Amino acid sequence: MEDENSRNEPIVKLSRRKVLKSVATGIGILAMPTSNASASVWEAFFQKHFRELSRDELKQVLARLEAAYRQECGREITVKATPPLDGVKFGYGLDLSRCIGCRRCVHGCVAENNQSRQPQIHWIRALQLQKDKGIDLDHAEHYYNPAAVPLDGHFYLPVQCQQCERPACTKVCPVKATWTEADGIVVIDYNWCIGCRYCMAACPYGARHFNWEKAAIPAGELNPDTHYLGNRPRPVGVTEKCTFCIQRTREQPGRYPACVEACPVGARKFGNLLDPAGEIRQLLESKRVFILKQELNTQPKFFYFFAT
Amino acid sequence: MRALTILILLVMPGTVDAAGLGVPSLAQAAGENNLATPLHRFAVAAPNLSEGIFPCSDCHAGMTPDLRRRELQDEHAAISLQHAAGQFWCLDCHHPENRDTLRMTSGESIPLTESYRLCGQCHGRKLHDWQAGLHGKRTGYWNGDKEYLLCTHCHNPHDPKFKALKPLPPPARPGRTGH
Repeated sequence: MEDENSRNEPIVKLSRRKVLKSVATGIGILAMPTSNASASVWEAFFQKHFRELSRDELKQVLARLEAAYRQECGREITVKATPPLDGVKFGYGLDLSRCIGCRRCVHGCVAENNQSRQPQIHWIRALQLQKDKGIDLDHAEHYYNPAAVPLDGHFYLPVQCQQCERPACTKVCPVKATWTEADGIVVIDYNWCIGCRYCMAACPYGARHFNWEKAAIPAGELNPDTHYLGNRPRPVGVTEKCTFCIQRTREQPGRYPACVEACPVGARKFGNLLDPAGEIRQLLESKRVFILKQELNTQPKFFYFFAT
Repeated sequence: MRALTILILLVMPGTVDAAGLGVPSLAQAAGENNLATPLHRFAVAAPNLSEGIFPCSDCHAGMTPDLRRRELQDEHAAISLQHAAGQFWCLDCHHPENRDTLRMTSGESIPLTESYRLCGQCHGRKLHDWQAGLHGKRTGYWNGDKEYLLCTHCHNPHDPKFKALKPLPPPARPGRTGH
């Protein structure tokens, strides 16, 4: 009896769900690398999340990237994946009473971290503020270009990734492509990022930037010392930001970040927050310190201070 | 009343110490140096001297020091002393006998590589901050060897105010980059 009832129904039942499913699968298959793509493209396509890679898999990924960059840039580029140092949490200090807004840090950062020249990406934005208005971001100007700085009646506030302890950017990432490392650096796995730019919208400091196009960097200007989570050449369609020069600072001994080295007035301080004798702890204890947009409770590890 | 006095006495040393800005830890940070002992142990960059001016004894060796304050006419006329509103003159800081060295107010002669001690006689707080790495600039490694820039690398001792700089180019305005 049941057989007779079901006999009139179509053999292939095309529900709305099934149609959508098969269309999606079809598009998915089209999006996969074509059959004549090289093995490295397949490997990149099926690469695991950075934090799920075994030691051997990571080694293979780094070797694959180095080979790809060699072909792409025509020179040797090393890609490290140096892990965080034990007992280290990085902190940064910027002396607003010293900064003159000369932008040496901005351009030092671009060179060190292989930022795109065209279209232009700057990880550091120097704001010119008016002394009589104080820290009033509504009146900030970052296109200033007088013959000489500092300009009378103004002070300068360079802004970059604040390496928050409670970052909004990592919280909104739908694929967990960005996270906080044990040494406090907020990093991005460029191979896992899907380019949705939620993190850019979430960041209250405008610290994240998007690769709209493939970065055009003259091969001679490329910094060949790179880190997987830092300054390696980025693919199109991913976000990027300051990493406290992860490729420099995670070494033993570790160089100061490029912006610290570039600063002509010594306004920039960098060190280990867990070292009580270090310069960051000293400035936290003895200077007038503030953090940007404290009311958002993002808990930055980037401290602005007044030494005088 | 007595309990209140004791309470105040108990609290007072703590507040005084907090106002002392952690002096002992700063001293530790600077390699067990403190302001009471000579500061010898700072690795500093080579002093930045004008071309062909040093050693001073090349010219001054045979001269008898003229201790009178005066306008220099023949040599060093280009130096315009804009430090402490005219209170200084050459031999307050340059040693009159030991010409290649500097002179502390005590009369002690110190090498140019220790000029921070000389500056620190007036600018004590700055010297304090400099030792801890808060004032001035250090290069090298955040967790390794550091090299201090001397005061004179950034401040011309004869005219110490930091000079204005031309800023590097501003960012491109969106929409005008032609992309």
